[in-house]
Amino acid sequence: MGGVRTAGDLVAWMQFTRKMKIDTAKAYVADRLNLKVSDLTDETVMNQVRAEKGIGSVIPDHIEYTGIAAKTKVARLLDIKIHSVDLYEQHLRG
Amino acid sequence: MKEITTSRGDGVRITLSEEELRRDIVAGSEDAARKGKIDPLSEAEIDYLAEIFMLPGRTVSVEPGREVVVSDDGAALMPSWGRPSAGHAIPISDHQAILMYERVYGGDTAGLGFPDYSYKPVKSTIGYARSHYKTISMLTTVPLVYGSQPNMGMYYHPTGPVESPSDYFSKYEFDKAWALQEEAAERMRGDVLDVAENLYEVGCEAMNLDTSGSAGDADFWGCLNVVEDIKEQCPGMPVEMGMAGEMIMGMHGKLTHGGERLAGMYPHQQAVVAEKAGVDVFGVAVNSNTGKSTPYNLARTVTFMKATSDAVSIPVHANSGMGVGGMPMTLLPPITDSTRCAKALVEIGKADGL
Repeated sequence: MGGVRTAGDLVAWMQFTRKMKIDTAKAYVADRLNLKVSDLTDETVMNQVRAEKGIGSVIPDHIEYTGIAAKTKVARLLDIKIHSVDLYEQHLRG
Repeated sequence: MKEITTSRGDGVRITLSEEELRRDIVAGSEDAARKGKIDPLSEAEIDYLAEIFMLPGRTVSVEPGREVVVSDDGAALMPSWGRPSAGHAIPISDHQAILMYERVYGGDTAGLGFPDYSYKPVKSTIGYARSHYKTISMLTTVPLVYGSQPNMGMYYHPTGPVESPSDYFSKYEFDKAWALQEEAAERMRGDVLDVAENLYEVGCEAMNLDTSGSAGDADFWGCLNVVEDIKEQCPGMPVEMGMAGEMIMGMHGKLTHGGERLAGMYPHQQAVVAEKAGVDVFGVAVNSNTGKSTPYNLARTVTFMKATSDAVSIPVHANSGMGVGGMPMTLLPPITDSTRCAKALVEIGKADGL
């Protein structure tokens, strides 16, 4: 699905964390992003959405959110538990 | 008469007439239906699969809207893993390889693992695995899945502490042979759980048990048990289980899980017990026959894939490459075949991923 170029990572997160089949996962992600399912594989749409939401991109101008910062936003956006994020936040709290 | 260029299961290029193409597809589907006691492909599905092979392009793709995600057994690490085997000779680290996979190749998930890709050696180098995982997971945005192979066979002599059951089967000492397999499975289970707990401590986002069942039903039994262990000891950590082959070999024959005998299970049955054990993503493996055509092998795979996808509510990914998933048994996958296999597995087999 193109990973961080589009929304493939977001759909994958739903498969791994909520056991969603592909169509259910796509519908869920589209709903959370207020998009059509067809937008999820549209690089132009997703580039803008990912920049606005701060969930990582492959465009250098939008590189400010990557890695654990992007995943933290992904977890909140999709309302899922990402263990690396939970552990990082736990460490920040001391 | 149109000739269709395709390949055989050993990777050799062949040409088929339309009639031969269709004959192989039907034969492959019927073989899967007979062995798995499942429905064969319908006439419409057979026609569509034939069309896929007759598409003129060297590569083909799914129709818009049918895209699926990919998971892997170390594909993200291929540039860096080339170094130990002197394959690629590219001076690149695991960190760089995975970030390239995420940001250049567009992988939806990325697999991290140890070059000696079995859980037994990973346990011995757990510090390496922990530090690698922790560092790389701080950098990645896509799900970072730690993968390795349970490989129960490594626990037998000479690589492991358990005597080989084969030595006792040959003497008709079946009780001893069964007991040895169960011991190996329990040791494997312990090692996999130990690795899982260690990685969970550093924030592991998901685990992959790759080639589960490779040493037969005791191997599969051990894997199912360790999935339950992981779910209990590592709350919320997703587990992907990729199978080793299409049928669970009955090297033991008597082991059950949830009341179901494991020996002889085909993918649609394997997925059901895996789902019950708590597996989050299930990977189907269907073996390619090197003496048959790729259309035959792919038709078999798609038939099993469809039945498996219908049997469970969890996502099902098709393992495809190097002799499974319709693909020829070659080190370098021909893209004419890999893209046709992917298209068929998704559009006919209803795969949720590859």
